[in-house]
This record gives sequence, C-alpha cells and structure tokens, in this order.
Amino acid sequence: MVAGAAALAAAVALSACGAKTDAGGSSDKAAKADTSGDTVKVGLLNSLSGTMAISEVTVRDSLKLAIDEINAKGGVLGKKIKPISEDGASDWPTFAEKASKLIREDRVVATFGCWTSASRKAVKPVFEKNKSLLFYPVQYEGLEESPYIFYTGATTNQQIVPALDYLKSQGKKSIYLVGSDYVFPRTANKIIKAYAAANGMKVLGEDYAPLGSTEFSTIANKVKASKADAVFNTLNGDSNVAFFKEYKSAGLTATSMPVVSVSIAEEEVKSIGSQYLAGQLTAWNYYQTTAGAANTEFVKAYKAKYGQDKPTSDPMEAAYTSVYLWKAMVEKAKSFDPEKVKAASDGITFDAPEGKVTVDGASQHIYKTARIGKIGTDGLIEQVWDSGKAIKPDPYLKGYSWASGLS
Amino acid sequence: MTDSRLPLLKERSALKGRSARAWAGFAAAAVALFALAPLALSDFRLGLLAKYLCTAMVAVGICLAWGRGGLLTLGQGVFFGLGGYAMAMHLKIADAGPGNLPDFMQLYGTATELPWWWQPFANPVFALAATVLLPMLVAALLGSFIFRRRVKGAYFAILSQALTAAFAIWLIGQQATTGGTNGLTDIQGFFGYDLNDPINQRMVYFIIAAALLLLIALARQLIHSRYGELLVAVRDSEERVRFLGYDPANVKLVAYVVAAGMAGLAGALFVPAVGIISPAMIGIVPSIEFVIGAAVGGRASLAGAVLGAIGVAWAKTALSEEFPAAWTYFQGLLFIVALAFLPGGLASLVGMVQRRRASHASEEPSPALPVGEAA
Amino acid sequence: MTVILGQTFTGISIGAVLLLIALGLSLTFGQMNVINMAHGEFIMAGAYTTYVLQKSITSAGLSLLVALPVAFLVAGALGALLEWLLIRRLYLRPLDTLLVTWGVSLMLQQLARDIFGAPNVQTRAPDLLTGNITLIGGDDPLTVANSRLFILGLAIAAVVALSLTLRMTSLGRRIRGVVQNRDLAEVSGISTERVDRTAFFIGSGLAGVAGVALTLVGPIGPTMGTNIIIDAFLVIVVGGIGQLKGTVIVAFVLGVLQSVLEYSTTVSVAKVLVLVGIVAFLQWRPQGLYTLRTRSLV
Repeated sequence: MVAGAAALAAAVALSACGAKTDAGGSSDKAAKADTSGDTVKVGLLNSLSGTMAISEVTVRDSLKLAIDEINAKGGVLGKKIKPISEDGASDWPTFAEKASKLIREDRVVATFGCWTSASRKAVKPVFEKNKSLLFYPVQYEGLEESPYIFYTGATTNQQIVPALDYLKSQGKKSIYLVGSDYVFPRTANKIIKAYAAANGMKVLGEDYAPLGSTEFSTIANKVKASKADAVFNTLNGDSNVAFFKEYKSAGLTATSMPVVSVSIAEEEVKSIGSQYLAGQLTAWNYYQTTAGAANTEFVKAYKAKYGQDKPTSDPMEAAYTSVYLWKAMVEKAKSFDPEKVKAASDGITFDAPEGKVTVDGASQHIYKTARIGKIGTDGLIEQVWDSGKAIKPDPYLKGYSWASGLS
Repeated sequence: MTDSRLPLLKERSALKGRSARAWAGFAAAAVALFALAPLALSDFRLGLLAKYLCTAMVAVGICLAWGRGGLLTLGQGVFFGLGGYAMAMHLKIADAGPGNLPDFMQLYGTATELPWWWQPFANPVFALAATVLLPMLVAALLGSFIFRRRVKGAYFAILSQALTAAFAIWLIGQQATTGGTNGLTDIQGFFGYDLNDPINQRMVYFIIAAALLLLIALARQLIHSRYGELLVAVRDSEERVRFLGYDPANVKLVAYVVAAGMAGLAGALFVPAVGIISPAMIGIVPSIEFVIGAAVGGRASLAGAVLGAIGVAWAKTALSEEFPAAWTYFQGLLFIVALAFLPGGLASLVGMVQRRRASHASEEPSPALPVGEAA
Repeated sequence: MTVILGQTFTGISIGAVLLLIALGLSLTFGQMNVINMAHGEFIMAGAYTTYVLQKSITSAGLSLLVALPVAFLVAGALGALLEWLLIRRLYLRPLDTLLVTWGVSLMLQQLARDIFGAPNVQTRAPDLLTGNITLIGGDDPLTVANSRLFILGLAIAAVVALSLTLRMTSLGRRIRGVVQNRDLAEVSGISTERVDRTAFFIGSGLAGVAGVALTLVGPIGPTMGTNIIIDAFLVIVVGGIGQLKGTVIVAFVLGVLQSVLEYSTTVSVAKVLVLVGIVAFLQWRPQGLYTLRTRSLV
C-alpha cells in the first residue's frame, strides 16, 4: 500500500509539468515525416480482419495497385513509394492506435484508408494533432471538413441528393427509409427527410437495424404495408443479404417498389446474388462498366493483378484515384510537407476511371459525377442516369435552401 | 477442495515467505513501470503500454471474481464502458466549454441544451466518483438479484453476455446523446491539461501505472484476508459455506462489485490514454477478450492475471502489425491451450517448477484452483 | 387485424429459425452441459456445405435436398472431432469449455475466411422457395414466405426426429441414462464415452442442418455464426436445461415477442427489451421455464 501511495504521489508531482489546455501557442509538436533517402513511406490503414475486412481489403488492394503503377513510372519527385500496411481490425480505438504508429513510428508522408465513419472519427484527432494527411476514399455523411483529411469519396450532395433527384424525376412520390443503426444512415436520412419535405415527397417510415442484424422479416412487412413508391436503403454489410432475401420473399420486386441502395457496389452484389438484386437501383459515382479509356485500363490492371473474377467498385476507384491526386499535389508543391501539399491542392485534376475529377482546395473534397445504376442479372451494374457534369462538393449542403436547418 | 493437510506452523512460515516474495514482486513492478518503461520506450510505445495497463486493471478484478470466486464475468465490458463513458462525458463537456454542446451533439442531435442525464457529469467530482461508483452500483443491483436467486455457472456467464449485448445495442441506438457507434471521440483535455502534449500523455501513463499498482495492492489485501478465504471456499463448495452459516450470495456480491469498480476505473483511465470510448469496447467480443489475458497468465494468481493481460494485449499489437490473419489463429490457440491444457495459466508453470525444486518432504498447499467448478 | 396476424406469422417464422439453431444446443448444452460456443461455426459449416455442393449440382432444389444430410454429416463430424480433441477433457469444467470453444470458433472463422474468402458467398435458392403464398387476399394481403414455411417444416421435423430418438431408440435411452446418472450408467455397462461422442455428433449435425436452412434467409459468411449464437443460448437458458419442450416453447415465444415489439418500436429497442426481459425472467425463474427435478441441492 505504501508503495502505491508513493507511486501516486510521484505521479501527481510529475503531472505539474504539462501544458495546460488554455496555455495556447504551444510549440510545434508534430512528428516530422521522413523524406530523406530515395524512398518515402506512405501508410495504408484498412481493416484486414474483423467484420469490415470484407470491404476494406479491396480498398487496400487498389491502393497498392496505384502505388505499384506510380513506382513503375519512377515514383513521386524521384522517390519510390514504400507502402506500410496496418490493420485497423474493424475496431475504432485500434484505428487510432495504428494511425499514431504510422505517423510517429514509421514517419509516413501521408496515409490512405479508413472506411466507416466511426473509424474516420477515431483517427481524425490523431491526424490533426500530428499535422499529417489522411486520404479517405469512401462516400460518407458529410458535415465534416478536417484540415488534414482529403475526402475522395462522395459527400451527400454528390450521391444522396442526386439519387433523390432521380427518384423525383421518375415520379416517385413516397419513400420508405431502411438503414443500419450508425452515423451514416441516420445523417443521410435526416437529409432525405429535409429534401422530401421541400419537394413534396412523403416519407412513410424509417427503420434502423443494428449493424450485423440478419432478421428482416418485420421490416419487410412494414415496408410492404406502407405501399411506398420506392425504398431508400442505407443498410451496410451482412444486413443487406438478409434484407433483400426477405424483400423478395415478401413478393416485392424492382418494378413494384424499387430499392435505391447507397452501400451496395459490385463486390456486395456478388455476395448477395443477382437472383435477389436484379433490377434494383444503386447510387454511386463509378461502376465497373463506366465508359472511358481510363476505366478500361484500371479494370484490366486490377484484374490482371488480383484475378479475373474480382470486380472493381466505387470505393476502390476512389482509393486508386486518391493516390494519384496526392502524387499530383506533391509534384505541384515540389514537397512532401503536408502544409505545402494542402496549399497546392486546389484545382488539381486527374483523369480518373470515373472521369475527370478536380480537387476543391477549400473543402478538400473532389468534384464528382453522380451516377444511378441498375443491377443486371450478370452481377454488374449498368448506368441508367448521370448528372452530366461533375458536381461541386458541398459537405455542409450550404447551397441547398431546404437543408438550412440540418446542422 | 483446498484441503489443508499441512501443520499450522509450516503454513504460517509459508505465508511469511509468500508475503516477502509479494513485496519484492511489487517493488520490481513499481521500478519497471515508473523507471524502466518511461526510459526505454518511445512516447508512442509508452502510450500503448498505458492502454495495456488499463486491460490489466480489468484483469485484477477478473482474477478476484473469476479466479478466486469462480464467477466467470463475461460482462466486464459493461462496467468498463460505464466508467469510460462517465469520464468521457465529463471531458467532452469540459472540451466544449461552458454553455456549448459537445461537437457530436451539434452535428447529430436536435437538442439545444445538454440532456438531463449529461448535466451532473459537468461536475468533475461527480464524474470522477461516477467512474467507479456507477459500475459498482449497477453491479450491486444486478448481483444482489442474480446471486440471491442462485443463478450461477453457465447461466451467470450467458446472462452477463446478454446484458453486454443489450447495453451496446442501446448505446448505439442513442446517437444524438451517446455518439452511437462512433462513441465519444476527439477528447482534447484532461482536467485542464492538454492531452496533445506528450508530457501530459506521460502524466496519464503514470496515473494509470499508479492506479494499477494500487488495485493490485487492494486485491492482494482482499485475497489474503478472511474474506479472501471465504471467497475461495464459496467457489469450491458453496453448499458447505452455506451450512457453516455464511451467505454465499453476499460473498460473491462483494467480489463482483469490486471487480466492476476496477473495470470502471480502467475504462475511465482508458479515455485520456487513447482519447476515445466507443461501443466497440463494450460488446460481447471485448468482454471475452478481457478474460483471456487473465486466463492465459493464470486466473487465480494476481501476478499471472496482470502479466497475462499485458502480454496478450502486447501480442495482439505486435502480431497484428505483422500478420493480421495469424493473430486470429494465435488468439484461438491461446484460449485452447491455456484453458484446456493449462487451466492454472502460465502462473501454474511457475508453481510446478517451484514444487519440483522444493524437496519431496514439504508439500505445498494445493494449487489455488479448483479441479471441478461449482456449476 | 391483418397486421396482428401477419406479425404473429412473422414471429413464428423467426421462432422457427431460433428453434432450428438452438435445437442442437439443447442436446449438447441442455443434456450434456457443454457450452459449445463453436456451435455457430458448425451452422456456418452447414451453410458453406450448401455453397460447395452448388458448385457441382446445378439444380438449386436438388442441391438443397442433398445439402441437408451432407451438412448434417459434415457438422456432426466436426462436432465429434471437437469432442474427442478437447471437450472430453473438460466435462468437469463447463465454464472453461465456454472459453475453449470460443477459441475454436475464432479459428474456424479464420479458416473459413482463408478457404472461401472474407466476403459473403452466394447460394441460389430454388424459385419455389423465393416466393410466397397468400393466406388472406384483398387490398392488404397476408402472405407467408415459402422459405419460412420450409424452415418451419424443417424445424418441426427435426424436433420430432430428435425427441423420437431420445425416447424410442436404445441410443436415446443410453443418452438419457448418462445425463441422469453418469456413474450408474457406466456401471450398467454403457460406454459413456461413446454415448457422449454420439450425442455431440447429433447435436452438431443439427447445427449443420440449420446452416442449410439459413442460406435461404440470411448471409453466408465467416461471421454468420457469431451473430446468432447468443440468441440460441438464451433460448436454451430460458427454456430450461434438459427439456426439449422448454426450448420449443421459448423459441416461438421469443420469436413472436421480438416481431411484435419490432413492429411497435424499432429493431434496436425490441432487441434490448427482449434481452432485458430475459434477464428479468431469469430472476424470477433462475432455472428456466421447465426444470429437470433432481436431488441436487441447487
């Protein structure tokens, strides 16, 4: 007991020397990235185990593809890129731990990865604290502009709002909302309800299932009883499989009540089965079938590296693009320094597989074209509509009057 | 099944020897934690060690409740979470500053002021007390029902799991007020100290190390008291204890409540060390992972449980950095080997060696682990 | 009215799934007092068996029928192997079995990930089983999914088969004998080791059958077992150990309760309410709905 008390006293004595929160103007504590030598390290932070591994491994693979391509053409600023891959293990505190390891131990110049909003929220303070850059490749719920994160997936006005515009143009007057119980679906549905209120659409119901939930018979009953014109689906992961099996069993079809999904890409179609999905709609910025030479090459290179049966999807494409965008920023800045890279980011363009994308320096998001697709019996998604031009990112939906009360 | 065939005198001298050894071990641990580790480890690794020590604090409680009391507490995640959330709620309120809402509430919530059940946590004294007392209160309520109704063994384990699952689902469902799956993140300050400052991070580490040593000392006192003997007796033969006139329910309750308080304190200190608390730390899986460290090291031995917890947490980081898939196999194997073939954990290996070294003449008291469990 | 009827049917169908996944446990946990956390992975093994069989048998209906007995054998063999390797050493330590089999379940999941990949795999269901039948027509029709009817039928068939085995066959008598008094059974010339292994084979085999049925309604992936295992254990605990009828009743009651609560509140709230309700129920009846009368002091 005495030793314990002594130890505590020692700790209290030591505690006297830290900086107070209100001290302000503390010295630059950021870990310096290592740019000496002829290689630079970048971090790849994805879940390679746990529930999210299903999706995140494919992102890691396409990040590696981009890095290999860049290295084959001479690297960045004459330096080869050496990827350090870390496993976030689908666990948010682990993400924070590994982010900190990449920055402080490996001294990477930039990090690519994260999938779920929860993992991004967990690492955000780590990147801000250490003044290091994260490139986040997944569509998300918006309402965020971290000075040290580049968002290369869609924000809400590049995916959800166009999907609603499409439903409206198809004459759908009422919708039912089904989602997993976490940040993205809840925020997305808040936006959807505001949109619906302003555009004369009715939201007939809103249901959330815990992540990983696989019992959807009641929700299918509720959806059926609502007789809505369409369903807006923000379910994630395993739940989609159970939901669509139940949906079909309840006698609901893509023609009687189409489902628009924002988390089902080619990889997920493969695991659910086109038997249950054929004819249903998805909203993304990229499909494996998207036209253009850049995409043909990307798909070819990906399949050559990882197998002919492997599909490419939107988050994979956004991840691939993010590496090239970073390269272009570094080359424009002629430096790996995060502050200089950020300063150089505005207006950077890249002929991505999804078409030409441009970085918006102010929000650190990118201009993207919205695309609605229809799932075919072959498991691929065919585009049925696009926004025509790349949409300017607007994470806080400031340009939409109906969204003024949202945040 | 702890039959004491030893003459009283011999047992006393054995106790004295044990006590001296314990002091030596305790001193060695203090030196390692306060002098060696801060010198040898980088800030980043020291931060990781702080996190492992939090797991070890939970393991101290598990050693008491499970190793000594036979209560397989598969619900420590709930208490860890209660402590963690109590601390994080206060720190979030403090970060936001007076009159402001925490950042996530502004983003996801509709409320313009703090929900009523957040408000008491604005007070640092209340929040600090709640980190330990809230888990203990919940454990006392639950335990007094459960043990009085003589729910035990497998029932108790499965009930604990049901409760953890319910608590995690509830937390996730209340996004506007608990942060949902994200949890409470981006914690900047710790009672006025800036957590971004490496010196303050060290301070947090020292507090955690000191708290761990305190808990170990406390647990050791309990284990070697009359109560500790009663607890082992309840584990090994509840009926006999009842016939002797004690109420086993109360004996178990104390161990359960103390273990809950320890888990709560661990959760509370986890927050400034890692800067986040989320439902991911609470579900069924993390609750089982809390147990594995204690099981590997030796559930009935304090040193075993603590070192086991630290070792397993360290192995997880080290192995999953290199081979994520292999880690899962390794973790599975650890469970199997430790429990099926080495029920006393690694600590029992030490015991075996010692027993062999001691000559055949003197018999050690039988190992502090039951052969069969009161199921 | 249609809503109430509809939800009752939904509840019964949820109950049928619960019953099917818990049935094997009622033998291994209920009768033998072994907490096998890898039971969920035996269910997974059954589901993957269907997936593998569909690679060679193109007809979805035929492959499903073939998969039922094959999955029973595959999962049963896994169970018997587990019993022989580990569990027989642990009959005196039920709580340790829980943790050991949790380790086994982790390894089996990773094995599935290494063999079949981390993403879910798809199986085809026969067209007959993706439709539904209309019970009440009209504007607000009441329909029941064929897949759910199939699972209900399968669950009932499995219960009948299991209880007949336990009551009518000599194997069943031996199992009950060992459960009631192991020592007496042994001195009566029963090889308790063989009985244990056979009982474990049957219990695990039933998990395999459940896995085949689950391919009709849920995802087939490495983590499918973990999502359902706790629910299955709760059914047994609430039903009362060692009682088949308790398991059956509780599975359906919990199913209906879940579906009714889900309809009137949300899925999360319903789940929390059901879990808390179970905890409260066990305060009232700590040994479950039905208890086997024994002369034990507890």
